[in-house]
Amino acid sequence: MTTLAPTPGTRTYAPAPSVTLERVSKRYGGGDAGVVALQDISLAVRPGEFVCLVGASGCGKTTLLNLVAGLDRPTVGTVDVSIGDPGGSSVPARDRDPVAGTGTAMLFQDSALFPWLTVAANVELPLRLRGVKKSERRAVADDLLERVHLGGFGPKRPHELSGGMRQRAALARALAQDAGLLLMDEPFGALDAITRDLLHDELESLWADRGFTVLFVTHNVREAARLGDRIVLLTSRPGRVAATYAVDLVRPRRIDSTEIASLAAAVTDQLRAEVGRHGR
Amino acid sequence: MAVERPIIGTDLDDLRRDDSRGIPNSDVADAPVRPSLDQALAGLDALDRSGGSARATLAQRTWRSTWPKLIAFGLILLVWQIAVWAHWKPYVLQSPATAGRELWNQLGTSLFWQAVWVTAQQALIGYTLVVVIGGVVGTAVARIPVLRAGIGALITGMQTLPSVLWYPLAVMVFGVTWRAIILMMVLGAAPSVANGFISGIDQVPPGLLRAGRILGARGVSLERHVVLPAAFPSILGGLKQGWAFAWHALLAGEFLILVNPLSLGGRTVGAETQGTYGVVVAMMIVIVFIGIMVDVAFSRVTTSVRRRYGLIDASAG
Repeated sequence: MTTLAPTPGTRTYAPAPSVTLERVSKRYGGGDAGVVALQDISLAVRPGEFVCLVGASGCGKTTLLNLVAGLDRPTVGTVDVSIGDPGGSSVPARDRDPVAGTGTAMLFQDSALFPWLTVAANVELPLRLRGVKKSERRAVADDLLERVHLGGFGPKRPHELSGGMRQRAALARALAQDAGLLLMDEPFGALDAITRDLLHDELESLWADRGFTVLFVTHNVREAARLGDRIVLLTSRPGRVAATYAVDLVRPRRIDSTEIASLAAAVTDQLRAEVGRHGR
Repeated sequence: MAVERPIIGTDLDDLRRDDSRGIPNSDVADAPVRPSLDQALAGLDALDRSGGSARATLAQRTWRSTWPKLIAFGLILLVWQIAVWAHWKPYVLQSPATAGRELWNQLGTSLFWQAVWVTAQQALIGYTLVVVIGGVVGTAVARIPVLRAGIGALITGMQTLPSVLWYPLAVMVFGVTWRAIILMMVLGAAPSVANGFISGIDQVPPGLLRAGRILGARGVSLERHVVLPAAFPSILGGLKQGWAFAWHALLAGEFLILVNPLSLGGRTVGAETQGTYGVVVAMMIVIVFIGIMVDVAFSRVTTSVRRRYGLIDASAG
């Protein structure tokens, strides 16, 4: 449940899709040497929902995001990213007109900004790939950089920015895709606590503005409780859904609040129990 | 599992969103005013970004890279002069002063400049072909597994073949023409360029490829916008090596295939047959000088590319 109502904007953003995984398994390699990365995962994410996936190493978090992004195919089961209610009349997001935007955006732990492009050119690239005119691209990139508090840093090179600034620039580039679905693969994992705290605020406010669907992978349980509408705890080797927690805390939240701390403690206990099973 | 009951926004939560209200009640009177997100991020950004020391001026940098070369050049002249004083091969070996005078004379003739022009044109045409052919073949081999399995090893093998060995084949194919020289250049140098592309593309971080695909780059646009730019610093190494081989092949070709006596290689042959060894040495100096100039240009480009890519410390050189 969120209390931050989407701000009435001057423009409309790409519609947020639902994400449905049905009995998805992913296996790498065959025979005895094969590794089961994901086993029998079912998950339904509502349009506009912010879901955090938490798990220890080897829970297949990155595999899961790759499947949702369409970079990889499940061995068994189906992955569906659709506009409209699941089960109703839906349009697969990836089949939409590419000019209307790439269906899925993704943020990585290292910003994956392209070092040969300026920050502004990085943000413009998804627009360029869609054939948007130069003047228009520049205007959009400027707006987006302004939105992530990087106004004036457009002509800089990525390596001239700090880690937190790079992640914000990467966020602006992801927003330039105008995607309804944002996949985040431990995006703030390498940042210090203060920077991370501020980026949580930034991300939450962007999400409130634009209402995209978020799948956020992290191994920081507090971060998950700070950001998510829902926390999905994954087991390791193979990755399976161990538990789901609804986070019924009012927004904006503070990561140091007692409510977040006690929820995080409960999730952490469960996570420890899951990890402990591998020690025997 | 549903967790604790939802809580209503507290004063602190309100304070967090609205700084203008200042301190709402005495309980938090000692608490610092929480800055807005804008202010906090701006402050953090200012702290995070290192000042970065100023780069040396162009004159300083030029001097720093030039004086070691001057000293090396002086040492070579010294060794040369000592050999002359020692009467080592006196009929052949001219003194640096004689060669210098000969060089000066050459610089004053229009025939010399015509030779430089002819050779430079050949170099430009040949090297362009080397880069285009090497680049296309290298990219194709790196990105298409069947091609890699088929001709990957062949390219490395060709690289070990000195370009003069292509001389008979080149003359058989094109006869005594400038095209034969160009063919020698391409066969001798394109493998180096291709290998530069292959190793550069192999080293592209997979994370950047994944990001490129997510951003909507596919097929040719992925190569154009992600793969080749990411590989570019390594590709530059191949281009530089390719230039060295192409320049070798060009001069060897001019020397062996007497298409045009009005070229640097052609004039060197002419001087040799006439026994004017001062001219031979002068030509060699000119050829070395051109080689050094091109090398300096490549180094400049490489350094500036590496700086732009953030591969070297911003404060360095």
